[in-house]
Amino acid sequence: MPPRWSFLRRWEGLLLILLIVIVAYNALNTPGYLTVNNWVNLFQLSIEKIIVALIMTFIIINAEIDLSVASVMGLSACLTGFLYAGGAPMAGALAAGLLAGIIAGLFNSFWISAVGLPSLVVTLSGLIMYRGLAYVLLEDRSIGNFPAWFNQLGQQPLLGPFPLAMLIFFVLLLFAIIILHYSGFGRYIYVIGNSKDVARYAGVRVQRTKMLLFVASSTIAALAGLLYAARLGAVRGDMATGFELDIITMVLLGGVSIFGGSGSLWGVLLSVLIILNLRNGMGLANLSGHVQTGVIGVLLILSVLAPNLFASFRASWSRRRARSQESNNA
Amino acid sequence: MNALRRRFQPEQIRELVLIALIFGIILFFGTQIENYFSPRTFTRISTSVAVVAIVAVGQTLVILTRNIDLSVGSIVGFTAYVVGTILSRNNDIPPVMVVLLAVAMGAAMGALNGLLVAYGRVPAIIVTLGTLALYRTILVEISGANSVLTNELPRWLVNLPPVNVFHLGDLDIRLLFFIALVVVVLFQFIASYAAWGRRLYAIGSNPDAARVAGFPAQRIVFTAFILSGALAGLAGFVFLARFGNITVVAGQGVELQSVAAAVVGGVNINGGLGSPFGAFLGAILIDVIDNSLIRWLAISEFWRDALLGLLILLAVATDTVIMNRLRKAWSRHELQISGSETSAEKGGAHHAA
Repeated sequence: MPPRWSFLRRWEGLLLILLIVIVAYNALNTPGYLTVNNWVNLFQLSIEKIIVALIMTFIIINAEIDLSVASVMGLSACLTGFLYAGGAPMAGALAAGLLAGIIAGLFNSFWISAVGLPSLVVTLSGLIMYRGLAYVLLEDRSIGNFPAWFNQLGQQPLLGPFPLAMLIFFVLLLFAIIILHYSGFGRYIYVIGNSKDVARYAGVRVQRTKMLLFVASSTIAALAGLLYAARLGAVRGDMATGFELDIITMVLLGGVSIFGGSGSLWGVLLSVLIILNLRNGMGLANLSGHVQTGVIGVLLILSVLAPNLFASFRASWSRRRARSQESNNA
Repeated sequence: MNALRRRFQPEQIRELVLIALIFGIILFFGTQIENYFSPRTFTRISTSVAVVAIVAVGQTLVILTRNIDLSVGSIVGFTAYVVGTILSRNNDIPPVMVVLLAVAMGAAMGALNGLLVAYGRVPAIIVTLGTLALYRTILVEISGANSVLTNELPRWLVNLPPVNVFHLGDLDIRLLFFIALVVVVLFQFIASYAAWGRRLYAIGSNPDAARVAGFPAQRIVFTAFILSGALAGLAGFVFLARFGNITVVAGQGVELQSVAAAVVGGVNINGGLGSPFGAFLGAILIDVIDNSLIRWLAISEFWRDALLGLLILLAVATDTVIMNRLRKAWSRHELQISGSETSAEKGGAHHAA
């Protein structure tokens, strides 16, 4: 087994142990923690971020980044609210919101694939621009009073205990795992992430793959924005602001390298579970939301720092041993 | 054309273009907004650009080394709040100490970033994303939901924003803007002439080559982050002086504004290209547009961010396309020169870095 993969396996093992510890701690301290309802609740509270984290995994493994997702979420929800308040039928307004996501994705990928600008810059300006457009539509108003079925879809269980957003998440997760880990296209994403040039010489259509990923990213973000609107029952210009950082944290904590080419959806799934349970546990321990964010920030840094320190300690240790062996031999 | 080529580098031409663009935009808004060409407009824009300009200079130093500092917004808010709280409890601290305190606090937070990036070998985007959350968390926790209030601050600080350093015709150069100017000039000189500054470019252009050449790359990156933090601390002081009332959300979003200023100002996000002066021009360009759109009646002020995002994109796109052309033209020219030199003196071409 090549060393890179064994490291990954170790990383996911570490996440799993961490998850088990957190869940065990929560379960011992809170009665009714391990019930289905509690877990559905847990997921439901950040389901939109988790959905976007799936496609963000693809993007980061591909050695790119999409900072505009949260703004696209806001834009699609605001456009839907704007059209609905203007008298459009709800279904049409929802379709328009989704379409806005597709257009935003095409816009992003035009600059990234066709012009060749760095995705960090393109999506940074996207972050500002799409949020700005959301404000242009709604200014400082808030729009609610959506049809009852829409709010119900966001808030009530649809199938068994699961609301629509969770069902969508399960379906997307299944698709994502199959595509990323069991299809040729998925291998291309890793190859491009490892080396764009090698991929190009090997005949991989690098630009087309990137284009597809960024369109998918914005489309899924738009979908997540609509789900968020349904859950909240109202839309505002500033909704979902700052979500991009949470989403990227989920992906990076899952062991996906920010430089691309390595990581897996399994790791991301584990890190999502860790973050959800950690937040839940900290909430039960009466820690404020801000402290929770801070702890997750520290966890993010440690997740990369710890393996680095470990590797360098081991390197210096084995160097020292080699040296002492040399002197013994002499 | 040849004379032009000898006198200017492509980067300088891009700065000239930026200056022309700024003037063009000012002229345009002058036709649209009443009383636009007034000393007050200049004062308004120059005071509001000070914070982002100072942070953008520090951001530039970090980006030049192929890193990024997303924690600056939290550092600005943290120093503004903590220094403000200390001052409102003890009004007698001398001004110099206050500034030093702010800078030291920022430098300490920058040092943690630098330590983790340079010596912990954690990617800068991860470290500063984490400390962005961490510093803000610490601030919220120690604040206990209180705010700094203007009437509790010492008078000299409250009266600082209208202080003039000198006049330029009708235009007042305010102290806060002057601080930003000094920072820009100082770091422009360091980046262009000091050995440490040139090494920033070397590391950003090719980290491996810089290491092989024996540069203490880790130490230089570490120092760049300390300086970025220190400048963010200074900006925190300016922020405090300018607004007086400081809440725990102070400085949120400054990280993206500073990155935007640097990128619009021609600092390459992949390191090795750009200058503090360029970032300063970028900050001015963004601020001019921002401030003018608020007063432009033709469109609602809510268009501000949408246009700003588009502007950043267009600035970078034209930059990439045009600069690539220019650089190609220049290097072709340089090849010709060096070709003739080698044939003439057999000495080999010496390329300036």
